[in-house]
Amino acid sequence: MSALEIRGLNHAYVASKPILHDINIAINEPGIIAIIGPSGTGKSTLLRCINRLIQPSSGSIIFQEADIARVQGRSLRELRRQIGMVFQEYNLVERLSVLENVLTGRLGYMSAWNAWRRKFKPEDIDRAFELLDFVGLSDFAMQRADSLSGGQRQRVGIARALMQAPRILLADEPTSSLDPKTSVEIMELLKTLATDRGIPTLVNIHDVNLARRYAQRMIGMSGGKVVYDGAPSGITDDHLKTIYGGESWLQ
Amino acid sequence: MNSSSASISTKTGGNPKWQRFTAAERTARYMVYLVVLAAFFASLRTVEIIPEFLYDAPEQLADMFTRMWPMDFASYPTTIHGAMLDTLHIATLGTLLSLLLAIPLALLNARNIVQSLWLNWIAKFFLVSSRSVNSLIWALLFVAIFGPGVLAGVLAVALRSVGFVGKLFSEALEEVNMGTVEALKATGASPASVLLKAYWPQAKPAFYSVVLFRWDINVRESAVLGLVGAGGIGVVLNDAMNLFQWPKVAMALTAIFVVVLLIELLVVNVRKRLI
Amino acid sequence: MAAIKTHANPFKPSLGSRLLWLGVLVYLIYAVVTLDIGWDRFILGLEQGGRLVDRLFPPNFNRWEILLSDLIESLQIAIIASVFGIVISLFVGLMAARNLMPNIISIPVRVFIALCRTFHPVIIAILFVKAVGFGALAGILTLIVASVGFIAKLFAEAIEEISFKQVEAIRATGASFASTILFGVLPQVFSRFIGFSIYQLDSNLRNSTMVGIVGAGGLGGTLFAAFQRFDYDFVTAILLTIIALILVGEALSNLVRRIFQ
Repeated sequence: MSALEIRGLNHAYVASKPILHDINIAINEPGIIAIIGPSGTGKSTLLRCINRLIQPSSGSIIFQEADIARVQGRSLRELRRQIGMVFQEYNLVERLSVLENVLTGRLGYMSAWNAWRRKFKPEDIDRAFELLDFVGLSDFAMQRADSLSGGQRQRVGIARALMQAPRILLADEPTSSLDPKTSVEIMELLKTLATDRGIPTLVNIHDVNLARRYAQRMIGMSGGKVVYDGAPSGITDDHLKTIYGGESWLQ
Repeated sequence: MNSSSASISTKTGGNPKWQRFTAAERTARYMVYLVVLAAFFASLRTVEIIPEFLYDAPEQLADMFTRMWPMDFASYPTTIHGAMLDTLHIATLGTLLSLLLAIPLALLNARNIVQSLWLNWIAKFFLVSSRSVNSLIWALLFVAIFGPGVLAGVLAVALRSVGFVGKLFSEALEEVNMGTVEALKATGASPASVLLKAYWPQAKPAFYSVVLFRWDINVRESAVLGLVGAGGIGVVLNDAMNLFQWPKVAMALTAIFVVVLLIELLVVNVRKRLI
Repeated sequence: MAAIKTHANPFKPSLGSRLLWLGVLVYLIYAVVTLDIGWDRFILGLEQGGRLVDRLFPPNFNRWEILLSDLIESLQIAIIASVFGIVISLFVGLMAARNLMPNIISIPVRVFIALCRTFHPVIIAILFVKAVGFGALAGILTLIVASVGFIAKLFAEAIEEISFKQVEAIRATGASFASTILFGVLPQVFSRFIGFSIYQLDSNLRNSTMVGIVGAGGLGGTLFAAFQRFDYDFVTAILLTIIALILVGEALSNLVRRIFQ
């Protein structure tokens, strides 16, 4: 059984302009799966359909023997909390401390009443400190999230996603707002997680070279369709031309 | 709410304590919450309220509203229309009249125009006093002096508005780009032309916006000034209530509601174009 | 407001503002002619004013017990109304925010807020006095309505300006709606909510001295009665008390604002 299986997924805000067209993807293995494609081709929409931040128009997403596209309310949240997400602009709650931001990863596991009293379990707090140590930010735990640099914020975002104890991880352009050196560091971190901790990680990325370097599988998207799905070594310039269009940028 | 109450310590050693604020900050916040809560419960315990009246309130309110319906539409052309116009006049004349005092006081109060701390301070004193006294109190005073009527209302609105308009206009003047002012002074322009050609063009949008804003508030306030005898729709409202003419009360309230909404709409739209 | 403007020709007379001032002039003449302002009364009043000032001073604090009990009642009204008003506004404001709630909830709630705002507190006080009788209760209910009209409106606007990305991130963790509000929304707007609340507390304090004019408890009733009995030295005493109360209130709210900065 696959960890995640997407079958016949379609999405359109306006019926005449589909964003996603008949997407079929099965994820079985840990490691980084890079989704490449030009801006506006539906990569972000695809990831947001997987944890149902966006309700897809049709199709199914099988995860933990349930169809995420169908469930509602509590059962949706119980599936969602097993899917970690890392965002392009980090999306930390800026006025909360770094530690609190990491702890928000546990909100899916606790009642609103306990959330209101900020009564996190002691083992959760210990775990948050461990994760901050793992991403190298122990010294920043008490600082407000908006005092951090971009790379540091993204590490907090990753720690928050890990706090959910996710079975899969979604990363939406995690490096697009970062400089090249920091980008590599973040990709290294994701790679470690994906292989050492065995979490399948779907990464939207538009830097093809970065994708080739870290991914073990690449999915090329164009115009809302999957046009390539396979090993990074199998991607040729022809594929890239289909995906991005034109060829002058390849030189 | 709970933003100050979060302080969780971890049981296992090694990891530091989780605290959101420094000790002093937290104590200060706790003190504020504590004082507010203590004052709240002390007030609840001591305030003279007959609880039965509160339980009875929905019934009484419902009774009042049934008496109000149907509204007395016939009273609109005979009394309410005229009174509503009076109210609008009170608000408008009061706002215009307030400018006579507000503009000079704003100039005196602006530190980049008048460099004398003494004059600044005197202007500030007048502006603050005007703002601290509610327009109803001003109205009571002017009714005592000039007798009931529109005049007392206009003066009450004017005196209350001086502080508001004066303060905000003076702040706008203080934000003026001084480069333009220097440039004009350097050409040997007289103080009056510096005022007119350097300060005024820059502060003009803010000035109109403040005046409009105050006019909006004044329409609301002048609707109640009649309750103490200072003219306008409030007088009609007061009389109708004393005579228990609920349908007429409803008509007057509806008229106020509609006019206030229309004025707010107008002001919001004009201000959007100004800024 | 203070945007630096570039003028093509800074000294060109603006037709618009000339028309405006002309309009104002015409209006002034029209209003003064049609309104029954009564200039003779104005002149008469100026003399009357001089006599009034004489009678206002010195202030008469002989009936300080009444003054004190009224002052306390005003304070009670302001405090109780503020606490209830702030708590209610928190929920009403959340429900009025168009980015959190579907239209079916937010539109009726916004209409409710608009109703609370449109009427002057004194008019609302009249209605409550009729409904629950004379006294502090009517004043409390009035100021609760006024508080909701002010805080809930501004709070809803503040919520509509938040960054939705932070909310999305919290939703993605599987947090429930309530937890999402607690961790994704409130941290972004809470300091502004506190600011609105402090402002309204101050404003309730001022208004609690006014609602008494129509019988809703506090200093206003005694003030109005003193005016009607031409008891002007007592009027001065009450006015001084009110001004002192307002000044103390302003100082306190500045202090609290600094603490929550």
